[in-house]
Amino acid sequence: MKKPPLLLFSFVIIYLVFLYAPVMLLPIFAFNDSSIIAFPLSGFTADWFVGLLSENTLHRALKNSLIIAITAAVISTCFGILTARAMARHNFLGKRPSFGLIMAPLFLPEIIIGVALLIVLIQLGISLNIWTVILGHILICTPFSVSILYSAFNNMDKSIEEASLDLGETRFGTFRRVIFPLVKPGVIASLLICFTISLDEFVIAFFLTGVEPTLPVYIWAQLRFPSKLPSIMALGFILLLLSLILLAIFEYYRRRSETLIGKQPS
Amino acid sequence: MSINTTVFMSSIIRKINASLAGWRLIGTPFLFGFLLLVAPLFLMIALSFWTQDYLDLDRTPSLNNYRDIFSHPVYVMLIKRSVIISLIVTVTTVLLAFPMAYYISFYGGRYKAIWLFLITIPFWTSYLLRIFLWKIILGYNGVVNSGLQSLNLIEEPLSFILYNANAVVIALAHAWAPFAILPIFVALERIDRSMLEAAKDLGDTAIRSFIRVTLPLAMPGIVSAALIVFIPTIGDYVTPKLVGGKDGLMVANMIQVQFSKANNAPLGAALAITSLLTVLLISLGFLFFNRRYLRKQSS
Repeated sequence: MKKPPLLLFSFVIIYLVFLYAPVMLLPIFAFNDSSIIAFPLSGFTADWFVGLLSENTLHRALKNSLIIAITAAVISTCFGILTARAMARHNFLGKRPSFGLIMAPLFLPEIIIGVALLIVLIQLGISLNIWTVILGHILICTPFSVSILYSAFNNMDKSIEEASLDLGETRFGTFRRVIFPLVKPGVIASLLICFTISLDEFVIAFFLTGVEPTLPVYIWAQLRFPSKLPSIMALGFILLLLSLILLAIFEYYRRRSETLIGKQPS
Repeated sequence: MSINTTVFMSSIIRKINASLAGWRLIGTPFLFGFLLLVAPLFLMIALSFWTQDYLDLDRTPSLNNYRDIFSHPVYVMLIKRSVIISLIVTVTTVLLAFPMAYYISFYGGRYKAIWLFLITIPFWTSYLLRIFLWKIILGYNGVVNSGLQSLNLIEEPLSFILYNANAVVIALAHAWAPFAILPIFVALERIDRSMLEAAKDLGDTAIRSFIRVTLPLAMPGIVSAALIVFIPTIGDYVTPKLVGGKDGLMVANMIQVQFSKANNAPLGAALAITSLLTVLLISLGFLFFNRRYLRKQSS
């Protein structure tokens, strides 16, 4: 391997410090024994974590967020499977425009999506609740699911399916017993990514949630009260660990997916 | 019926069948997207031509909202400021991301995947908290100020780094970093290394071959990085609200106010449409100039 120029290498190190600066503060202040978030630090405590156990609003927000994230992940992944399969295996009229429409939320500012949905719901007289948030989250998660699953469906050897059909398996049976096992790691990766995106999404939830807060909406409300900040840091630290665990599982299944469809894992 | 027409008919039928098979799959997600994205956007356009009359909605079409936007300096100023902040964020993010992507692609060796992983880890923290933590870093007794003070570099805490547009730029350049690094990295990976060797063998200096070979070939990645950062940041709500102070507020904050406190949804819709069109126009202009640049490079 060539040695990088010193200037480039120093830049990379400084840039990494910049990228990690905010995250590094999270554990520091989550365990800091002071209700003021500032330096110098005063001592070690785990009280902020214990305090989270008795926050009833937090528990409700967490429950709402879990319901929303699981539902949105499952439905977006179903949409992702349908779209990826259609794009990889079929040629049909209006293929490109319909694909563009499904991927469009990726290229729109979230506030536009939130506002547009809010207008429709108000005009239709539908009251806001966690289901309206789910609708919004399906919309923004589906493109991610499609991009994960498209390569899984596209790289799959077509002759395997044909063999299954020729040997007398029905279309549904072929999907269940041949195609699905091959794309399963991709499906799990998609579920995890959609779950994580939905769990962290704030703007759309902020617009579309009624009286029931989601986790980010709860955090947003707490940020106004300086006395609540250390426990929010503790909560943030737990969420970070949770995301990292999910990310590790995601990476494992993504690699499995690439091995199963016969690609060298990258 | 002649054989030709039969063949023709059967090919049409086959095409229709293939279309049906495709649509049976994509139909549901398409319908969902249509009902929850296209229809709402059209309703938003319609709403922007209606007028809020205290509690009632006046549905006679008019240009009043747009006239309001362009006659009140505050709206024009907010849109202008959002565009300028987004442009600065885009340029900063891409400029910082490029050397990082270049390093991983050219010097990453066996550890490319680990480098990419290393870059994405910080971004699995809640978005809200990441932006909020910048407040702690840049604040009056924040990390930067207390650090500089303890080093005796400054006497008074710096105040120009929080609650203004600078803070918004720093926080956003951080938040969108991986979205800029990844597409540039992918473009750099696609460059055929033998072309760089050819340039070197033919006597180009390192800088010249960078400008004449690497940069034009990396351009598609740079363009997608720029658009991926530019389009969403213009509508960012959280960052200006948390670290922007009064002088760093952007158009999304005003849109939210119109839909809540000000109770003027039509004006909010008109603001949203105006910003969306502005983004679209700038992005198209950018793509146009990029195409001219690439054509000039290849000729």
